[in-house]
Amino acid sequence: MKGARRSYGPLDYGRRLWLRITLWLSFVFLYAPIAILVVYSFNDSRRNIVWRGFTLKYYERAWNNDSLIQAFANSLTIAFFSTLFSVLLGMMTAVLLWRFRFPAKAPFEGAVSLPIIIPEICMGVAMMAFFARIGWPAGLPWPLNLGAITIAHISFSFPFVAMVVRARLARFNRELEEAARDLGASEWQAFRDVLLPYMKPGLIAGALLAFTLSLDDFVITFFTAGPETVTFPVKVYSMVRFSVTPEVNAASTVLLLITLVLTTTAILLQNRSGRD
Amino acid sequence: MNGNSPIISINSVSKTFPGGVQALDNVDLEICEGEFFALLGPSGCGKTTLLRILAGFEIPSTGDVFIDGKNMHRVVPNRRPVNMVFQSYAVFPHMTVADNVAYGLKVSGAERREIPGRVQDALDLVQLGEYGQRRPGQLSGGQVQRVALARALVKKPRVLLLDEPLSALDAQLRETMQLELVRLQQTVGITFVIVTHDQNEALSMADRIAVMDQGKVLQVARPGELYEFPRDRFVAEFIGKTNLFEGTNVGWEAGILSLLVNGLGRVELPCAEHLNHDVGLAVRPEKMLLLDERPDHGYLAFEAQVEKIAYYGSESRVFLATNRGLALEVSIRNDTRAAADEQISGLRWVAWRPEDTLILPD
Repeated sequence: MKGARRSYGPLDYGRRLWLRITLWLSFVFLYAPIAILVVYSFNDSRRNIVWRGFTLKYYERAWNNDSLIQAFANSLTIAFFSTLFSVLLGMMTAVLLWRFRFPAKAPFEGAVSLPIIIPEICMGVAMMAFFARIGWPAGLPWPLNLGAITIAHISFSFPFVAMVVRARLARFNRELEEAARDLGASEWQAFRDVLLPYMKPGLIAGALLAFTLSLDDFVITFFTAGPETVTFPVKVYSMVRFSVTPEVNAASTVLLLITLVLTTTAILLQNRSGRD
Repeated sequence: MNGNSPIISINSVSKTFPGGVQALDNVDLEICEGEFFALLGPSGCGKTTLLRILAGFEIPSTGDVFIDGKNMHRVVPNRRPVNMVFQSYAVFPHMTVADNVAYGLKVSGAERREIPGRVQDALDLVQLGEYGQRRPGQLSGGQVQRVALARALVKKPRVLLLDEPLSALDAQLRETMQLELVRLQQTVGITFVIVTHDQNEALSMADRIAVMDQGKVLQVARPGELYEFPRDRFVAEFIGKTNLFEGTNVGWEAGILSLLVNGLGRVELPCAEHLNHDVGLAVRPEKMLLLDERPDHGYLAFEAQVEKIAYYGSESRVFLATNRGLALEVSIRNDTRAAADEQISGLRWVAWRPEDTLILPD
């Protein structure tokens, strides 16, 4: 055959030049901006262009920026309550969908996962319109003023928890629960002693997912936040509108770190639950 | 067998599942105190549903269940004096062996100080005394089953229910566990109700067996009685091997029933009852003799051609066909070393005593 091309084995794709280039370009476009963000948070310069030496002063400045810290505290508070209720609601939804048969179950199941599918912007606008329409009280003392945002976050976080927990429940051996009942446990005791321990890895993974989702949500929060209820991502956005200072880099790096740690833990926990 | 008072009474229990599947059809059954009782039947016959009704996981559509004299209507599983060994064993994977066994005592409010001692006794009973701190994941299948047994027995139930307890074990272990279960039952003296589809399991372990098919109990009897005197065609075919013939009734006179059997010809059998309809005839393969010559009178004898021999070690099964095309199966004991090597072929006489013929009215 004239000009026969070199043939590659099924696992040799990495040897093709154009594939290698694509791969590395993807890596560059994915991670180079993040790397630059992190590196320049330590840059001793007001501008993000030239490297002028290492410093931690922008971390210090971010720490002393009261409104930024307030936004950070808001974000953590919202994330905490959103996670708490998302896990409770998500778990109950998962158990409901797993255990019971009821009319219109399929539409219900679809409706539950709707917040995962619909565009965030639509949800943000809808939330804003909803809270305006029902006249959600403004100007409440902290942390009650975070109620609207927290509710919005719960509504898009709990379907994720429900999905994770339900996936785990699908492999649950119902005889385990029956065995507990048979041995004298009430329905509640059987739930607490058998079903809950079984769901635990799913609940933890779901909780971490809900926490990170809430922590870095911008769009929906932006629409539901008031002037006194600025969260961290919204605050960063407003700071960037004036100028991109290393202070923003520093704050973003901290957020990145928190998200990274939580996501890694979630993945590790899920892998462990898959092995049981 | 040990006692005569019934510990379980099942009175005209039927169960229809949502969707219209009828699992049980008017079942009446009494199980005696201290008995090893087997529910035997093919899959889908309703035996597991019946067991789950006893445990309280299913509610009968109609009929009543009494356990220890009390009506179990609306009694939840955790308030019944029974415990169950599940088919999957359902040993809690997140608890140690000892915690598994202790669980039933803890949730039913046993004296806290007594629990460790009772758990250890139960584990000793199933020969797992040293394994208390292990996790179920570290045990073999047979050991996990013992944990399930100990966990159920530690509660000293009035009745122990076992759902296909041996089906997950390999053949060799299964035989050991059959003996083990009988020994255990005799030690603790608790009534055992076992569900199985394996006739050998039921025959070798149980004091009495209920044969079920399509939601009905067809016969309740001791193993020997069930094998030798099956009351209907299904039982005769389900328990052990059998030669089944269709007989056309040509007359009954003075205790002798004359029949015309397809493939055999005219057969005369002693029969006390005056029957005037067609019947089925059943003869066990080991009741038949394989002879070179036609036997003297006193036997029913037919000439048949040997077609195939299946060797089973202690016995061989000889498959024959009469000249009119009826298939027969004769079992012969290999009671000498020579017998095992014996080549059987050609035309032989198959003979059996008329009284070894079972008459199965349709």
